[in-house]
Amino acid sequence: MQTDKSLQEVQSTNASLTLNKANTLPVIRIQPSHGLASLLKFGELWKYHELLYFLIWRDIKVRYKQTVLGIAWAIIQPFLTMVVFSIFFGRLGNIPSDNIPYPIFSFAALVPWTFFANGLTQASNSLVGSANLIKKVYFPRLIIPIATVLAGVIDFILAFLMLIGMMFYFNIIPTINVVWIPLFLLLALVTSLGVSLWFSAMNVQFRDVRYVIPFLTQFWLFSTPIAYPSSLLSEPWRTLYGINPMVGVVDGFRWALLGTSTCPGTMVFVSALVAILLMISGALYFRRMEKTFADVI
Amino acid sequence: MNDIAIHVEGLSKKFHIGKLHGKNKTLRETLTDTFAAPVRKARKLLRGEATGASGLDDTIWALKGVSFEVKQGEVIGIIGRNGAGKSTLLKILSRITEPTCGFAEIHGRISSLLEVGTGFHSELSGRENIYLNSAILGMKRMEIDKKFDEIVAFAEVEKFLDTPVKHYSSGMYLRLAFAVAAHLEPEILLVDEVLAVGDARFQKKCLDKMETVGQQGRTVLFVSHNMPAVTRLCKRVILLDEGRLAHDGLSHQVVSRYLSAGEGTTAVREWKDLKAPGGEVARLRAVRVKSEHGEITEVMDIRKQIILEMEYDVIKSGYVLLPNFGIINEEGIPVFVTLDQDIKWRRQPRPEGHYVSKAWIPGNFMSEGTFFVGASIVTLFPANIFQFNEDHAVAFQVVDSMDGDSARGDWAKKMGGVVRPLLSWNTQFNPSSI
Repeated sequence: MQTDKSLQEVQSTNASLTLNKANTLPVIRIQPSHGLASLLKFGELWKYHELLYFLIWRDIKVRYKQTVLGIAWAIIQPFLTMVVFSIFFGRLGNIPSDNIPYPIFSFAALVPWTFFANGLTQASNSLVGSANLIKKVYFPRLIIPIATVLAGVIDFILAFLMLIGMMFYFNIIPTINVVWIPLFLLLALVTSLGVSLWFSAMNVQFRDVRYVIPFLTQFWLFSTPIAYPSSLLSEPWRTLYGINPMVGVVDGFRWALLGTSTCPGTMVFVSALVAILLMISGALYFRRMEKTFADVI
Repeated sequence: MNDIAIHVEGLSKKFHIGKLHGKNKTLRETLTDTFAAPVRKARKLLRGEATGASGLDDTIWALKGVSFEVKQGEVIGIIGRNGAGKSTLLKILSRITEPTCGFAEIHGRISSLLEVGTGFHSELSGRENIYLNSAILGMKRMEIDKKFDEIVAFAEVEKFLDTPVKHYSSGMYLRLAFAVAAHLEPEILLVDEVLAVGDARFQKKCLDKMETVGQQGRTVLFVSHNMPAVTRLCKRVILLDEGRLAHDGLSHQVVSRYLSAGEGTTAVREWKDLKAPGGEVARLRAVRVKSEHGEITEVMDIRKQIILEMEYDVIKSGYVLLPNFGIINEEGIPVFVTLDQDIKWRRQPRPEGHYVSKAWIPGNFMSEGTFFVGASIVTLFPANIFQFNEDHAVAFQVVDSMDGDSARGDWAKKMGGVVRPLLSWNTQFNPSSI
């Protein structure tokens, strides 16, 4: 009986809803969300694009506040890793580098890697870090991790300029394939965002995530051909290696900038597929958990 | 039908709360629990039942079947005890959290002000924070540009516009935060306890601004513990009690209903069960207002003594306690605070047991009007720990029957003042000195 009544009321109010549209006042309906349809309302993100800009801008402004070296950290991080890699893997370990000077070989991979790893680490903690916002104001929560990952693009650009400088130093002229770089950056971004969406949403309820992430990035770093070339693997294993989307990114960067022999076409395709899957599943999981964020954070 | 701003129907919200742990657990139980809990949690997680890393065994309804309608331009107060569901209701209406069942319809742009300065970043300057905060509260960039000067002027921070807000004094910080919020122009505004912060001047500014917002024909939902403010700002008040809508009507009726809490009078409140406010040492049992003859009444003669009575249990011996009452008037102005003066208990640790403390307000001292009595106990030694602090526990009215022997004498019109003592006067006359 009771449900019947409320159902009727819902229908009658739905009718009044259309009536009100003529009144130009926007009508918002608040009710428990069910099913896939409610997960797919990504259009709302566009309504809040100004907030996205502001949050990106804030992240960039605040990132290196009260540090002595400031934005130089964007370059120092990958650069120092490159130095360490060059000494231990390049010099002492004698790891092959596709006939390219080892420093530039590893740096070309470390630049997108740093973008990915920093984005992942920061975005995964971004929701918990914005607990205060989440508990007090409404906006699509997706904006928070997206803004954090996007803010990292500035760091990437600086490190990338450094990479170009180093290439001049080593007398390496980029091939025409350099035009594909934005695409590989996009791939790194999608991967980073996909993983971040999963982890940031999980982190709201299970703070264990915070302890998993450093371990995971380290593990991921060594399972990506950064210190070594993917040419160590033979086909078809090499293509299969692309299941790790960062393999596609790293090989893509090396191919586009340094002209390493193999065009990683199919491998990049596999990587892109996995990355897109990660992002879609991440976004759906995020949307599903979103409604409980304010209650459990 | 078209003048409705908010329509709420059967709105309910269930919360999972952690399992209540018994206090007398053995070490063995604690140990087995430590190892069994992760397994249990993992199992729940896999089944998709988990909602948090803390336990998930008990649930409460923070809101249960609440329905009401708000017309456009109405200013409505929402009151209730702590945990009655007021904040949950606002959070659902501002879409921060989802209802478990029921629905709400909002007609018009809605802004919620659950806190001033949400999203302020201490490293950013005042100017930057105005933009950031406005964007977070839902303003468009163009609107912000247009109102920027107005916001700055309202906040009175012109000189420090480019200083990071972490160097602001807390007063400046609050002013800036409220200035941004005050310049929102939604059709519907939800406000939660914003007035509970800041000094008296700031609170007055907030209240005045709220009043203007209400007069501009906007719809305002105002959650507050501040009964005087609610009575002043709102014509209609909704009373929530344990998640249910207990009363909905004219503000003074609902407020007095709230204060009388089902006992038929605002002059007494009693707590029988575990819900009694209290800490580790003391627990409040009752607060009463009595006439000088000892009868419980809410209407007091201005000329007679008033007895404030507090009944409480001390559940842990050995603490020096300071029972005290605080009286505020209907404008929210604290009239006085009075502390236990009984010489027997001065600096004396109190043994466990049942206590009744009384305070006598002299006749011809209070002014006319409604007064709210807060009861509280704080430990004086070992440390200043509030055992409870029950604001607006009871209320009473002071009336002047105008018989001519009160402080107003033969004056029959309005008289100001926080108190109205009957003072002795002496007027000397010297006819020859002109």
